[in-house]
Amino acid sequence: MNAPQTPHALHFMPSAGFRARARDVVENPFLRQSFRGAMDFLMSKRAAQFPDPEELESLRSLGERIRQYNLAKLPELLETLETNLTRNGIKVHWAETPEEANAIILGICQKHSARLMVKGKSMVSEEIELNHAAEAAGIGALESDMGEYIVQLAGEKPSHIIMPAIHKTKEQIAKLFHENVPGVEYTDNVDALIQIGRQVLREKFEIADIGLSGVNFAVAETGTLCLVENEGNGRMCTTAPPVHIAITGIEKIVEKLEHVPPLLSLLTRSATGQNISTYFNMISRPRQPGEKDGPGEVHLVLLDNGRSQAYADEQLRKTLQCIRCGACMNHCPVYTRIGGHAYGTTYPGPIGKIISPHMLGLEATAGLTTASSLCGACGEVCPVKIPIPDLLIRLREEAFSEPQANPAMRGQGAGHNGLISAVWRGWSAVYSSPALYRTASWLASRFRWLTPRRQGGWTSVRTPLQPAPKRLRDLIKERN
Amino acid sequence: MPAQSARPTDVYFFATCVVDQFFPGAGMDAITLLERQGIRVHFPEEQTCCGQPAYTSGFPDEARKVAAHQLTLFPNDWPVVVPSGSCAGMMKHHYPTLFAKDPARKTAAEKLSARIYEFTQFLVEVLNFQPEDVGGECTVVLHTSCSARREMGVHLTGRRLLGDLAHVTVAQQDHESECCGFGGTFSVKQPEISAAMVEDKVKSLKATGAERVVSADCGCLMNILGHTAWKDQQEGRAKPSLPGEHIATFLLRRTAKENAQ
Repeated sequence: MNAPQTPHALHFMPSAGFRARARDVVENPFLRQSFRGAMDFLMSKRAAQFPDPEELESLRSLGERIRQYNLAKLPELLETLETNLTRNGIKVHWAETPEEANAIILGICQKHSARLMVKGKSMVSEEIELNHAAEAAGIGALESDMGEYIVQLAGEKPSHIIMPAIHKTKEQIAKLFHENVPGVEYTDNVDALIQIGRQVLREKFEIADIGLSGVNFAVAETGTLCLVENEGNGRMCTTAPPVHIAITGIEKIVEKLEHVPPLLSLLTRSATGQNISTYFNMISRPRQPGEKDGPGEVHLVLLDNGRSQAYADEQLRKTLQCIRCGACMNHCPVYTRIGGHAYGTTYPGPIGKIISPHMLGLEATAGLTTASSLCGACGEVCPVKIPIPDLLIRLREEAFSEPQANPAMRGQGAGHNGLISAVWRGWSAVYSSPALYRTASWLASRFRWLTPRRQGGWTSVRTPLQPAPKRLRDLIKERN
Repeated sequence: MPAQSARPTDVYFFATCVVDQFFPGAGMDAITLLERQGIRVHFPEEQTCCGQPAYTSGFPDEARKVAAHQLTLFPNDWPVVVPSGSCAGMMKHHYPTLFAKDPARKTAAEKLSARIYEFTQFLVEVLNFQPEDVGGECTVVLHTSCSARREMGVHLTGRRLLGDLAHVTVAQQDHESECCGFGGTFSVKQPEISAAMVEDKVKSLKATGAERVVSADCGCLMNILGHTAWKDQQEGRAKPSLPGEHIATFLLRRTAKENAQ
């Protein structure tokens, strides 16, 4: 059984290799079936949470409004957040790039002579490839979310933002544990495997110097970091070690505490089909005198990494509404066929296709914009109504148009191809002129026998397209 | 559902480039069906394409030029019937955006947008078409395009039309709402993924045991029938394992006495 082979080197792969990676998965019947089964399960769980289409629609509209309201005030809210967090005793750091974020985090680790960092699930830490940077600095970074722990053992990246190890079978996990965890006999009993993982991690929580976590919502008015999780590992990471470092993208901010419940409800129901997650953590300050537990130091790293670029454009800003539920990938017919690794980006699936170009530039991601039939399933389920198909069309324009001065995006025009642009110009000239169209379509029908039998990718699994002997306009004329 | 419009006497028919060149029979059947309802159908000779291929490929200027031409074709205040959810969606929902920076054309696009009807939507919502089924017992499966479903919101009208046919059973496929993998240039730019999608779609359709597949979108039909025919060739079948046609063709045959099977 061949899992999609992810290079162990933790580097972003350019979209140039996308087709080959997608093909590897598509041609593997086992993986095809396994992804489909997993996505079917997640879709049915979500559907069961939203039995009333009207309620869903009004909740989605509310989610959209809350996110847009907060994004509109983002610069101001970030300042308020910093003020209130600082007042609460949480140290705020700003990072423009992944390198800066890593330097800040590793700097804190070094100040505490840290040897081990335990990590709660954080996609932003994946985005900056923190584990890689920590390892290079001689600091152990251990994933404590079960799925993340599994992909870390396998030397892979998550293939889904909510279910990182969704591409793995229990047999593969059994083998991984047996080969990598000392003293573990082979077992593919899922409960036993989870207990093994929990035991390993429990010991590490006790000795870790640093706990790292992500943030689901940062509340500006109160200076509170909210963390949604199911396994309790997030709470361990944020309470057991003496230092807690949280990292998040600058867009995850809401002004008021009252903005959280609707978004939380949309998040858990859309992501895993849960009414509410098992744990919901609200972190407002480090341990106070007289308190029995909690970290003595709490830090928040706010990462930009291209988000400002998306923010600056009215349409592209909608990308930042995302609350990272993953419903778009669960419902995407492309993701369902190829899984997450094929994308070669930290965030796969529809959201990955629209956010990654801001992080990595269109030079590396232009090809990904074409990996969509624009079926609209993603936009239909998005809990905050991000118009993903419209954004994909916009990104195609940014990627394939001629390079311009002062573009809205890094790498604009990276996919520009003079020949293809000329073909579209020619197409446009023919289809905007009734006379040219009449002639061209007449010729296509008259000389239909000249239609090539091989038509690129189309004829790999389809019979060739051939114009009908007579056009509709001919049939109408004959009838009249 | 929008309020039922007054029954019009005249409509424009925007055939789409795919129907004009590849499925002219479907266009003819749609026109005939409308005429049998007592509607005068006008086919503006100068029509070409809605512009969607360029638009979705990221070439809005090229799409705009083509769309601007179509804006000039429908001077009277009649409904414009389009036998494709995808092209109807383009004209109804994307034309106003496409001309956002061109006030005169934007107004024209908005006015046109309000008059655009997908074919099955027009039959149900405007004409309240009540087909009298003269065919024999038959099981069909309906594929609804993503644009009809999600952009036009008319996924129920095709089902309603088929459901009203007394001797027709409409089979239910698994993953009904999933894309067939056509997606215009997607099928050429990402042929492997598109192939996987159409393979799965055809398997689902065939698993219902239906005699034929019908759809109101010829783009999806090109993809689904093209794959079915290819598979038949590969496996040496002379007779199509899943024949298919536009819903207009099917409806016309089921309701026209002289064509009764």
